[in-house]
Amino acid sequence: MSLSNDQVGHLARLARVALSEVEIDATRNKLNGIFDLIEQMQAVDTTGVEPMSHPQELATRLRDDVVTENDHRGAFQQIAPQTEAGLYLVPKVIE
Amino acid sequence: MIHASLPELRRALDARQISSVELATLFLDRIDALNPRLNAFITVDHDGALASARAADERIAAGDAGALTGIPLAHKDVFCTEGVLTSCGSKMLSNFVSPYDAHVVSLLKSAGVVSLGKTNMDEFAMGSSNESSYYGAVRNPWNTAHVPGGSSGGSAAAVAARLTPLATGTDTGGSVRQPAAFCGITGIKPTYGLVSRYGMIAYASSLDQGGAFGASAEDCALLLSAMTGFDARDSTSLERPHEDFAALLAAPCSGTRPLEGLRIGLPREFFAEGMADDVRAAVEAALTQYRALGATTVEVSLPNARLAIPAYYVIAPAECSSNLSRFDGVRFGHRAAEYGDLADMYGKSRAEGFGAEVKRRILVGTYVLSHGYYDAYYLQAQRLRRMIAQDFQAALQQCDLIAGPTTPTTAWALGQMADDPVQMYLSDIYTIAVNLAGLPGLSQPCGFGVDGLPIGLQLVGDYFSEARLLHSAHRFQQATDWHSCRPADAA
Repeated sequence: MSLSNDQVGHLARLARVALSEVEIDATRNKLNGIFDLIEQMQAVDTTGVEPMSHPQELATRLRDDVVTENDHRGAFQQIAPQTEAGLYLVPKVIE
Repeated sequence: MIHASLPELRRALDARQISSVELATLFLDRIDALNPRLNAFITVDHDGALASARAADERIAAGDAGALTGIPLAHKDVFCTEGVLTSCGSKMLSNFVSPYDAHVVSLLKSAGVVSLGKTNMDEFAMGSSNESSYYGAVRNPWNTAHVPGGSSGGSAAAVAARLTPLATGTDTGGSVRQPAAFCGITGIKPTYGLVSRYGMIAYASSLDQGGAFGASAEDCALLLSAMTGFDARDSTSLERPHEDFAALLAAPCSGTRPLEGLRIGLPREFFAEGMADDVRAAVEAALTQYRALGATTVEVSLPNARLAIPAYYVIAPAECSSNLSRFDGVRFGHRAAEYGDLADMYGKSRAEGFGAEVKRRILVGTYVLSHGYYDAYYLQAQRLRRMIAQDFQAALQQCDLIAGPTTPTTAWALGQMADDPVQMYLSDIYTIAVNLAGLPGLSQPCGFGVDGLPIGLQLVGDYFSEARLLHSAHRFQQATDWHSCRPADAA
């Protein structure tokens, strides 16, 4: 498998990582090396094998529907890049 | 005191031969003197350490001391520590002073452990050499031109250089066992689900597991006992009765064959080509020692072990690309100084905040989870994961634990693999399969290579066999002194 610069650029956009043309070029070579390694999987017949997503077969625990957390907004917003009146600020999305 | 074992430190503290404040000062002074050369710590918390040590001294005076009260320790910087920088080795979190403690951190605080600071690590725990840290590479105390291993390289180097008697770590593909091997110390990754992941910054959630570093299996057993336990805040935390891993070790040992009846499986795939001659010699000498202690060895097979690396490099990046989407420059962490619209802010903040290896894994994960590729990559990797886990179960029918090398070689030179990520991935061949299966694994020192660098022996057991792994390693360490070897201070 061999990714093109366009494909790497598309992946970077999907992942929200801004890469310059030079970085895309360097990244593509490394990614192709990694995918060559990954491709070894394809030679194995896994028909009938149940995918294993997790080491332990666990059911999701349930708990009573009651409030268990305190309000930490002040502490959490102290480390935020930009806040105002208890809100997180980001560039305007809707004009 | 610097080289004392945990039981020796406990006795000295309880007998008031030394106070916890004096002990913390001893190690803090050592960090100040040696860390500039090793770069094992990202943050040294002098004030916090001395305050906890004073509180520990009060507990000891009040007769309220537990096994770890007043004992110094360092946390891998992947664990959130309230009021202390928690960087995860990344520029992304270089301004993140955590507003809360990880479960492991609060358990150890309650036990009266004195945290000296936070250790250096590969960025977001992605790496095997500790060179991907935003805070610079850690150096191996045995030879500062070599890597300490990764991703918990700072923790392993700090324990090996005795900047701290104990350290926490995390192991997603070998990140406790491999640096323990490279630095000549003991490290254990328990069964997946025993150590809470709450407040442990996520890389690959179905593989990440907290672990312990110490000079010996005994020290690791004492630390691990204090780190494990059910936590409702981690959805994969296991509800099991608490286990004291040190109890079995403390049992009296009579005779010269304390491991009589122990069956050790040797996977033929781990002893095939690819292992360096000096590693092979040290591992085989260690197995001879195990046999002298009463164990028997039997050849077993892990036929799909070679597929562990490709499967891991699908599953781990997939989980990483999802986990690391939280770093968007909105609520915490790095935000770019200049940006246009929201998408531009995300893209630039993430491009600036993440290093090259983290970006690569995010992109690989994004690809394998994309529409049209999901079945061929992600599901295929998960099917292989089950085959690998089944191989271990079949092998463990024939033996009580599995042994082999922790790594194919000793620690390589700094920079040697910097430009070849795939070559570095392949170096985790013996450790990664254990994470895919979720089994416990331990590395203990068993000799030195031709370059004078340490070699590790890996022990892997069935689920919840931590006590057996630690007990076996402990009996080996009672009969040998590899674990007592220390690097020269000015290495």
